[in-house]
Amino acid sequence: MLEINDLYWSLPDGEPIINGISCKTNGKLTVITGPNGGGKTTLAKLIAGVEKPASGRILLDGEDITALDITERAKKGIAYAFQQPVRFKGLTVRDLLELSANGSLGHSVLCGLLGKVGLCAEEYIDREMSGALSGGEAKRIEIATVLARSAKLSVFDEPEAGIDLWSFSRLVETFEEIRNDSRGELIVISHQERILQIADDIIVVADGKIRIAGKREDILPALLQGEYTCACPKRMGDCK
Amino acid sequence: MSDLMNLNFNDITGEMLKVISDFDAEKGFVGAYNIREDTQCAGRQNSTNITITSKTDKPGIDITVKPFTKGETVFIPACVTHTAVDDLVYNDFYIGEGADVVIVAGCGVHNEGEEDARHNGIHRFFLEPNSSVLYKEKHIGTGEGAGLKKIDPVTECFLKENSRLEMDTIQLGGVDRSTRTTNAELGKNAKIIVRERIMTDHEEDAVTNFHVKLEGEDSGADLVSRSVAKGNSHQAFYSVVEGNNRCTGHSACDAIIADNGKVDAQPALNASNVDAELIHEAAIGKIAGEQIMKLCSLGLTKEQAEEKIIEGFLK
Repeated sequence: MLEINDLYWSLPDGEPIINGISCKTNGKLTVITGPNGGGKTTLAKLIAGVEKPASGRILLDGEDITALDITERAKKGIAYAFQQPVRFKGLTVRDLLELSANGSLGHSVLCGLLGKVGLCAEEYIDREMSGALSGGEAKRIEIATVLARSAKLSVFDEPEAGIDLWSFSRLVETFEEIRNDSRGELIVISHQERILQIADDIIVVADGKIRIAGKREDILPALLQGEYTCACPKRMGDCK
Repeated sequence: MSDLMNLNFNDITGEMLKVISDFDAEKGFVGAYNIREDTQCAGRQNSTNITITSKTDKPGIDITVKPFTKGETVFIPACVTHTAVDDLVYNDFYIGEGADVVIVAGCGVHNEGEEDARHNGIHRFFLEPNSSVLYKEKHIGTGEGAGLKKIDPVTECFLKENSRLEMDTIQLGGVDRSTRTTNAELGKNAKIIVRERIMTDHEEDAVTNFHVKLEGEDSGADLVSRSVAKGNSHQAFYSVVEGNNRCTGHSACDAIIADNGKVDAQPALNASNVDAELIHEAAIGKIAGEQIMKLCSLGLTKEQAEEKIIEGFLK
């Protein structure tokens, strides 16, 4: 369980990005959503330890991890899927997955991991995680590196970005599988309705603050209604 | 199977052979070989299709591969095992028409003394039409003496129609000074592929010079150099690809610098035919912060992450 208390963070030029966020994850799958530029990715980076907060505390299962760096947090059981996959000249997909799993992986395990993101192991395990892979391929491998960790808490930053429809469906199933067994807790940053629909809890972040948070069944209807009314004046009765 | 009784080299050579040419002390080399130790021959064997003979006018050997020889490997490692040795050797490879072989070269220099130890191998490759060679060369330097360990290979390649030469060269530390010069002339539809990986540290200095002339129609060159310069070391990469016919040429120099390392990259492309397609890529920089961050997010420390990134880069 993750607990965040009164978290603040600003850009080096002083522009505030996270303005006092406090929340607790109680479900197996928490989706953080909200408008672009609202601070969601920064929040994910603060959880993973990529960025250090200006003030506030982060607790994992009751332990204060605020002062821990990214490596130490990884060892405590936090896994983080970057929104923009990182490319490596020379490191293969197998290398990365084995580093993630902290040991060598058999062919069937590699097949299983890559299958969860809609990739065939035969085609990919020996390929370099370099610029030669397409954006969608790299993104799916990035997600697979987090799945390989079987972490206590996995954070995915917009996993749908750049992924085709078929792979996305498979990914949603994978999130559901993880939620339904006892492998760990998930925090997914997403705008996708299909991911929102499988959430236990939803947190809406805007302007660096939590606008609203709660159970999916309480939050989602209002959220969708709000989105439609924002997008379409007809629903508000303004159109003649 | 080789005749182990043929072999007569010291323990230092034995250790270096394991690294530079995957030598198995139990089985020896399988196939033709010539082991050079401190300017002398320490073992030689011919195979049915590959003959090695000593030159009569200067130090060195002629390696002759019969036409249409397939799937054989010839080993020609050279070791310098003590200080104050300046080894100069001329090796010529004659690869018969349609042959397809692997040549494992490799050089080790061990120096515990005050004076320099050097190996300078001058290799010439003559590839007949439709022949194919994979040339593997690994360089190491060992020993803690104040004298420098130097390796300066010169390689001249002459590729006839439809022939193919793939050079896989690697130098991963311990060599104080190296200057590697590779020149190639390609005939019609001939291809040369070079994969070079160099890591330098401390005060080491490594210079690479490539000069490829694409003379024949549809000839092609692909040169890729990956290097890591750490400590106070320095590396230089100079390449010239000449396109004198309809041809394709690609060269890439990718370097990581750390500490006070220095890398110079000066690629040149010279085209004298409108259908010559020549491309060069060069990039020098430190390890990207996001790469370290990603591996740290998997539980590696910053140091372990850097090590993995470099290991992968030079693999």
